[in-house]
Amino acid sequence: MANRNLIALSTIWIKECTRFLRIWVQTLVPPAITMTLYFVIFGNLIGSRIGQMGGFSYMEFIVPGLIMMSVITNSYANVSSSFFSAKFQRNIEELLVSPVPTWVIIFGYVGGGVARAILIGIIVTLVSMLFVDVQIHNFAVLVFTLLLTATLFATAGLINGIFAKTFDDVSIVPTFVLTPLTYLGGVFYSLTLLPEFWQWVSKVNPIVYMVNGFRYGFLGVSDINYLTAMGLLVVFNAVLFSVAYVLLQRGTGIRS
Amino acid sequence: MKALQISSLKKTYANGTVALNGIDLTVQQGDFFALLGPNGAGKSTTIGIISSLVSKGEGQVSVFGHSLDTEMVAAKSCIGLVPQEFNFNQFETLLQIVVNQAGYYGVPRHIARQRAEKYLRQLDLWEKRNDRARELSGGMKRRLMIARALMHEPKMLILDEPTAGVDIEIRRSMWKFLTEINKQGITIILTTHYLEEAESLCRNIAIIDKGVIVENTSMKSLLAKLNVETFVLDLAADGPTPAIDGFEHRMIDDHTLEVDVAKESGLNPVFSQLSEQGIQVMSMRNKANRLEELFVRLVEDGRKAEVANG
Repeated sequence: MANRNLIALSTIWIKECTRFLRIWVQTLVPPAITMTLYFVIFGNLIGSRIGQMGGFSYMEFIVPGLIMMSVITNSYANVSSSFFSAKFQRNIEELLVSPVPTWVIIFGYVGGGVARAILIGIIVTLVSMLFVDVQIHNFAVLVFTLLLTATLFATAGLINGIFAKTFDDVSIVPTFVLTPLTYLGGVFYSLTLLPEFWQWVSKVNPIVYMVNGFRYGFLGVSDINYLTAMGLLVVFNAVLFSVAYVLLQRGTGIRS
Repeated sequence: MKALQISSLKKTYANGTVALNGIDLTVQQGDFFALLGPNGAGKSTTIGIISSLVSKGEGQVSVFGHSLDTEMVAAKSCIGLVPQEFNFNQFETLLQIVVNQAGYYGVPRHIARQRAEKYLRQLDLWEKRNDRARELSGGMKRRLMIARALMHEPKMLILDEPTAGVDIEIRRSMWKFLTEINKQGITIILTTHYLEEAESLCRNIAIIDKGVIVENTSMKSLLAKLNVETFVLDLAADGPTPAIDGFEHRMIDDHTLEVDVAKESGLNPVFSQLSEQGIQVMSMRNKANRLEELFVRLVEDGRKAEVANG
């Protein structure tokens, strides 16, 4: 039983990785180009006039946030589009007729999203190394924050894919929810620059915790305690996994 | 051993449509079974429930003794499904599609590759193994779905209109393939609109209409119920209009005669009377497939009974 589930899990994961690697021009190249532009414009041109932030050059300050931004958008987009596409082409039925447990389906799809997010994270880090000396303050915090964030948004993307009925439904959340939350999540500024009220409001934004936890892993500075950030990430992950599990188990969006 | 047992199965969709109204069905191991019915009769819903694509309402389904409710893994492992509509990823290659499907059932990748070669060769798709599925013709796509359904070597294969839209040559080669795998012990359940297909392949048959089984018997005993057949005779151009005593008959046009022949009468009296009148018969054929006549009659009878009962 365990071996069969493991084979099924690796099959879904390999299928998902093959998918995003097959369309690498759509999945891997755009983040590299976008981030290069961010580094050139915000980091190099404008950043040189901003001066220091949190004790680091502006370019150094925004690197963790930009990597995290790529990880969030790509893990989400990978799973939401792949799962919806599987529904649209009806090949999700290949999984539904087979004895694959629900948790294996979730782990397989989310694992694919995490793999793409890690690969994008590495690409963006390599791009950033062209502009700044990347230092790592705490590798474990860095890796855990990256994995927990990628898992969280991949799971969120799966839930989006489960509910989506049209391709528009897959793009609504990234456009109207993820992008604003990411830009207001402390990628480009320290929360300490905000008035006290807006600092408090910002702490309702979960992306603030991810960006700051990740920034702590790189620079050793953070607006929020990194343990709090990781704790919240674990809780968010557990909640979203449970939601995705219940939805798939009920057959929401996939069984009539 | 019962390959499939369905008891009191009911299904009502969210929009209120009653698709199944308490059907009972048993298919024995090794059978080649036809499930027939008009469009919207409940065939695909029944197959959808057996293969877990449609949520069950009330009732029980067990596959080779494994309940779909309590032994889902064992039950699903026994079933291979060839659905009515193409449901593979059009951008994947044939090899990826079949190997992945085996993986979902826990078949290790190296074994899956061996099986992929076996089934893709048997279904004349091996040369296309690295092509993307969307590049295949309709007939090839149908065969791909059969290969995919066999990858975990199921005990029972369910085919929902497997030969819809394929040409006669491919259809006959698929019949041959299905007959061979049935001889090897795989139980086959087939839905089709080609009644000739059901008649030539299947040993047992159930006819479903409006969510109810209206007939469930062997093909042989079903065909035995047909006691009158209609024959179409093409007559020579310059013959007189015939008179045939003891047989219902009618001229369709100047050269075409239809005659209803009761099973016990035989055709000899028809020919001898035509001969006596100097009428030459150039050719003869059945008006319709025998099963088709029965099918229409059974479905109509069921609907008349429903109207009569209010």
